[in-house]
Amino acid sequence: MSNTNENNWPLWEVFIQSKRGLDHKHVGSLHAADAQMAIENARDVYTRRQEGQSIWVVPAAAISASQPDDAAMLFDPADDKTYRHPTFYIMPEGAKYI
Amino acid sequence: MTIQEALFTYCLRRGDDNLILSHRLGEWCGHGPQLEEDIALTNRALDLIGQARNYLQYAGQVEGKGRSEDDLAYLRNERQYTNVKLVEQPNGDYAHTMVRSFLFDAWHLPLQQALTRSKDDQLAAIASKAVKEIAYHLKTSGDWMIRFGDGTAESHQRAQRALDDLWTFSGELFATDDVEAVLFAAGIAPDMAAVKSAFDSTVQSVLTEATLKRPMDAYMATGGRQGKHSEHLGFMLAEMQYLQRAYPGAIW
Amino acid sequence: MNSPGLFFVHYLMIINERPTAYPIFANIKTVAMEDLKLEELFQAKVDAELKIEPKDWMPEKYRKTLIRQISQHAHSEVVGMLPEGNWITRAPSLRRKAILLAKVQDEAGHGLYLYSACETLGATREKTVEDLNSGKAKYSSIFNYPTLTWADIGAVGWLVDGAAIMNQVMLCRTSYGPYARAMVRICKEESFHQRQGYEIMSVLAKGTPEQKEMAQDSLNRWWWPSLMMFGPSDANSTNSADSMKWKIKRQSNDELRQTFIDRTVQQAEILGLTIPDAKLKWNEDTKHYEWGDIDWAEFNNVVAGNGPCNKERLVARNKAHDEGAWVREAAMAYAGKQAKRKAA
Repeated sequence: MSNTNENNWPLWEVFIQSKRGLDHKHVGSLHAADAQMAIENARDVYTRRQEGQSIWVVPAAAISASQPDDAAMLFDPADDKTYRHPTFYIMPEGAKYI
Repeated sequence: MTIQEALFTYCLRRGDDNLILSHRLGEWCGHGPQLEEDIALTNRALDLIGQARNYLQYAGQVEGKGRSEDDLAYLRNERQYTNVKLVEQPNGDYAHTMVRSFLFDAWHLPLQQALTRSKDDQLAAIASKAVKEIAYHLKTSGDWMIRFGDGTAESHQRAQRALDDLWTFSGELFATDDVEAVLFAAGIAPDMAAVKSAFDSTVQSVLTEATLKRPMDAYMATGGRQGKHSEHLGFMLAEMQYLQRAYPGAIW
Repeated sequence: MNSPGLFFVHYLMIINERPTAYPIFANIKTVAMEDLKLEELFQAKVDAELKIEPKDWMPEKYRKTLIRQISQHAHSEVVGMLPEGNWITRAPSLRRKAILLAKVQDEAGHGLYLYSACETLGATREKTVEDLNSGKAKYSSIFNYPTLTWADIGAVGWLVDGAAIMNQVMLCRTSYGPYARAMVRICKEESFHQRQGYEIMSVLAKGTPEQKEMAQDSLNRWWWPSLMMFGPSDANSTNSADSMKWKIKRQSNDELRQTFIDRTVQQAEILGLTIPDAKLKWNEDTKHYEWGDIDWAEFNNVVAGNGPCNKERLVARNKAHDEGAWVREAAMAYAGKQAKRKAA
């Protein structure tokens, strides 16, 4: 057997759309030699109980993620901007369709 | 031979092919070359066992003697089994397993596609469900042929050897006899020449991409349809039927 | 921010994890850092029922405990395929054969989900599997017992999956996000496993005298090893305290074992089978069953590698892995060629 590292199938992240109209949702990961095989494996591993109707696979190495340390900087500034939500506004009594 | 008799045998053949191949694939469960592949192979076995059950149930119905799918699967002997010899061949290495499936799938898909147009409604219904499964089988076994053929020197060699070993069993898939003739005349079974030409074209295109050589059509082994099997089948049935034989009449 | 507790944790996260972004908190920060180190912050998150996610800071021991536990769990699923797979070719009806195939396949899937969870902690599949194959890693010792008769397929589903699911339901709420998510998926799929096992037992128990005897014999052999699956009693469990504190585990071994026994005794009664424990008895005060002594010497022996099938299991896993090497290699070689062709 030659170099084992390069013979290991890379990791893919799997996203499944369970129904038309819904988002593709991350369901887990698996190993496959190429994209085609990753889709086929995802079909066999993650849709055995009619969970899906469309599959996306992405090489795990291609995903960039935000750092938890940055969470406060990234997400907290949105906390006090409640005027982005419709419930922030006071509507006059009796106004309809708004 | 009446149409009913022919139809009974025809269903048995379809059932037996599927049952024996699914049994062989089931032997891989837990021993596959990669966890993902283990799961994929078991899906294939599950599809085939589902098809086998449909055919054996229908065979029992056509026969009209009250035999169930399990009576037919577990209480017939080697000589009464009608599968082609290809499917009873041992798993060998993964190349043998995949080549065996590929040859089977390349025949199975056009056969079942044609059966969707059978004048027998039940056969047409079984085929309509099966073709979707088999299309996927052929896609993935074909993919593996290509990966092996065009992969490493070792995988190429293993795939070519498996192909050379198993090719002799491919001819029997297309053998015709009275059963086929009676049903073809009645519009129930398809023209096997058309199935053969679809098989040839699939094999041609996949082997080309896989850089594998199609073996010469030399001697073709036959006998499975007449219950004259290889020695492998007896051992398979001994294992498969053990409980039903050891405890006659028991319910499981 | 629904509760003061959550807000407090969040506030600490701000001042501890991103101090430079909040210069006005600089003074508070120095004080806070002295009192609350990263580990306390981590613990505060756990206590507040916030899930820990892969990129979060975590104590090294938490990471190691998780890798050990999740990989052992994954290995158990994969090795567990062997004793059951053993009967696929001998299943007594086509229906049973299909069910068993689907069930053993599920175990492969569960192993895969768990290996995936493990990878989020930096433990690659390659390394994890290598540890199993070399004998370094452990797996549930129950799978070192042989499946001798068809009834064992029933007993494994009913008792072994029944015991496993107690643990698995608890783990759906474990503190590590990817592990919890894998367990939710597993629990959903696992729900048919125990039922199919119990159905097998019930058909046998109602069958011929020989079948009933087969079922009873199987219960006799699997009962005690199933109880051992929950691990050593709390008093002797070395890993439990940290695991409870970190909410990896949420119930102790003995609590889970008690619930399992309470449920299973009633199920055995319905089957008309006898639990092989002369000391088993209902305690009206505690509303629980009392049970006899577990043979921990046997448990330790099996864990140490001396169970009936330890060697066979490892040989089978190694054989599959080694004989699959050229297959995996071929697929990579082909993928490499294809990528080059595309680029050209």
